[in-house]
Amino acid sequence: MADVTLKGIVKDFGSTRIIHGVDLQIKDRELIVFVGPSGCGKSTLLRLIAGLEDISDGEMFIDGELVNQCSPKERRIAMVFQSYALYPHMSVYENMAFGLQLSKHSKKDIKDKVMEAARILELTPLLERQPKQLSGGQRQRVAIGRAIVRNPKVFLFDEPLSNLDASLRVQMRIEIAKLHQDMDATMVYVTHDQVEAMTLADRIVVLNAGRIEQVGSPLELYHRPRNKFVAGFIGSPKMNFIEATVVSVAESGVEVSVAGSEPVKVDVVPDGLSVGERIEYGIRPEHLGAGTTGDLSGKIEVIEELGESHFLHMRLSNGALITVQGRGDAQVRAGESCLVKFDREHAQVFRGDGFAVSKVMPLGQPKKTGALEGA
Amino acid sequence: MTVALQQDGSGQRKAKRSNLSTARLRAAWLFLAPMMIALAVVAGWPLIRTIWLGFTDANLTDLSHSQFIGFENYLSYYDGEAYGVLVDPDWWNAVWNTLWFSVISVGLETLIGLFVALLLNAQFKGRGIVRAAVLIPWAIPTIVSAKMWSWMLHDQFGVINEILLGVGLISDPIAWTADPSTAMWAVIMVDVWKTTPFMALLTLAALQMLPGDIYEAAKVDGIHPVRVFFKVTLPLIRPAILVAVVFRSLDALRVFDLIYVLTSNSSTTMSMSVYARQQLVDFQEVGYGSAAATLLFVVIALLTTLTVMAGGLKLNEGEQS
Repeated sequence: MADVTLKGIVKDFGSTRIIHGVDLQIKDRELIVFVGPSGCGKSTLLRLIAGLEDISDGEMFIDGELVNQCSPKERRIAMVFQSYALYPHMSVYENMAFGLQLSKHSKKDIKDKVMEAARILELTPLLERQPKQLSGGQRQRVAIGRAIVRNPKVFLFDEPLSNLDASLRVQMRIEIAKLHQDMDATMVYVTHDQVEAMTLADRIVVLNAGRIEQVGSPLELYHRPRNKFVAGFIGSPKMNFIEATVVSVAESGVEVSVAGSEPVKVDVVPDGLSVGERIEYGIRPEHLGAGTTGDLSGKIEVIEELGESHFLHMRLSNGALITVQGRGDAQVRAGESCLVKFDREHAQVFRGDGFAVSKVMPLGQPKKTGALEGA
Repeated sequence: MTVALQQDGSGQRKAKRSNLSTARLRAAWLFLAPMMIALAVVAGWPLIRTIWLGFTDANLTDLSHSQFIGFENYLSYYDGEAYGVLVDPDWWNAVWNTLWFSVISVGLETLIGLFVALLLNAQFKGRGIVRAAVLIPWAIPTIVSAKMWSWMLHDQFGVINEILLGVGLISDPIAWTADPSTAMWAVIMVDVWKTTPFMALLTLAALQMLPGDIYEAAKVDGIHPVRVFFKVTLPLIRPAILVAVVFRSLDALRVFDLIYVLTSNSSTTMSMSVYARQQLVDFQEVGYGSAAATLLFVVIALLTTLTVMAGGLKLNEGEQS
């Protein structure tokens, strides 16, 4: 197992720059997740680590060794592809053993390794089958098994669960988390699914247009997004952004008027904010409550019921559309008007350039979210 | 549902066809009819007539006075001597020539075609133009390319002899198509030149159907490209290559124009088709020639069935191993 260091990594395809100087330190035995919208360069970055693409500029180290010029094999990495990439004419056993047969493994050695991987992944009864006789989840397990038998320094996963249906995805997600615990391996995992990112990652790297927006633990990204992009990308449904104006700035706190509301206190560092400055007030649907008391009024346009919770899509008086999450069944109907209450300590303030204003409370100690009343 | 159940239960009552499927079926026949009629006229009728003529003593001078003579064209005995196509050494020479020609030329075309396909599958500048250019030999009508090659191979005026003499590889001009030791090889060489593009194209199509991700997986696993070719690429394109080989073999077994233009009726290169033509036209023996043509049909049918069966068996083995 090993750490991976990226220093100013740049990737150009022709004259287009896909990766713009990425610096990243992936620690030994860490499961790090690259997440971002499609086309953000997350898969390219993974392929650069794998050695499937040439690095245009910058340096990459695996286990302290410069690997820019090394082939995938020399980097001692293993990769699991979105499409599984199994050899269609080989059995499960052959698929897993194929990569071993040339490296100086004895036949018995290969068999032991494959059987061990099959045992871990519960593939033992399927070893003689061909890929086409397997379900999607089983195929992906074979692909993971092929990676395990090679005992790599780093595991790379390229959207491994994207081709699976929703329930299988949840199951495989748990299996990968378990695998990471058991194998104690360095893993780099690419996904566009922020739920996968949140649940699996030790740390998440949020990428956008070939640049790192933020690196941090899942909760860090959730509670302390560095900018509007991260705030909007992490969390589902996404954070509400409402236009607001700074009303007062004092050492004791900052007050803002959200969409024309009475001044609301926000616990952000007042440095650099000035009265009258236009900002965006960011608050997640789960930190809003709809009811008879509140800070803003709005009209309910659409209600989405999920059973354990519901979403109210509301139009505010200033025209903004926001989403409010409530527990259980909705007690209101579409077309009705009601008041929206903010759970203030979870609010974020974003300045004109999209960057978040630092919160007063230090990082890493987010207060537990209280259930909102009156929903 | 009930209809299906009744059918399962008694086995006598047939599921009633719905009006919709009857109409569909009628439309299908309607669309098929012109093609089937055309095929019956241009392929079915001549085939049946050839088979029939093979059982008669028809002669080209007067086809109306032919008599049914059974299998005499194939095999008959007069005064203790056997006659007929089946005992004609020229016929068996033609069969042997045809088989030899087919095996060697199709074999070479498959190998070279695979090689060319692999080249054309690689990324390089101007690939589109090269892909089109490679097809030219195949696009030229056989009669034209055969005539062209017969001039190039000419013993006195041919460019091939000119070059070889110039380089010093040979001291005297060679009559490539007339000399028994080189005639067959000349024919095979021209056929390979002409038909390799066809094989390359079919193989290229198969190569392009291969999923790209498995090659990346092999790269990550550090497997040597040569090993990847033999263990991954070749097994995966084998079915397509087999189809191409069957197509080509069908073509090669009935080879006529190339051999006829290059060497006319020379016995060293005479194929089954050339033999049948010689009987039909030169000797005017329509009955005898038709019998030969019918045998040619049987030989091709047999060999094709054998090839497909052998290929099919191999395919199954490949899937299981």
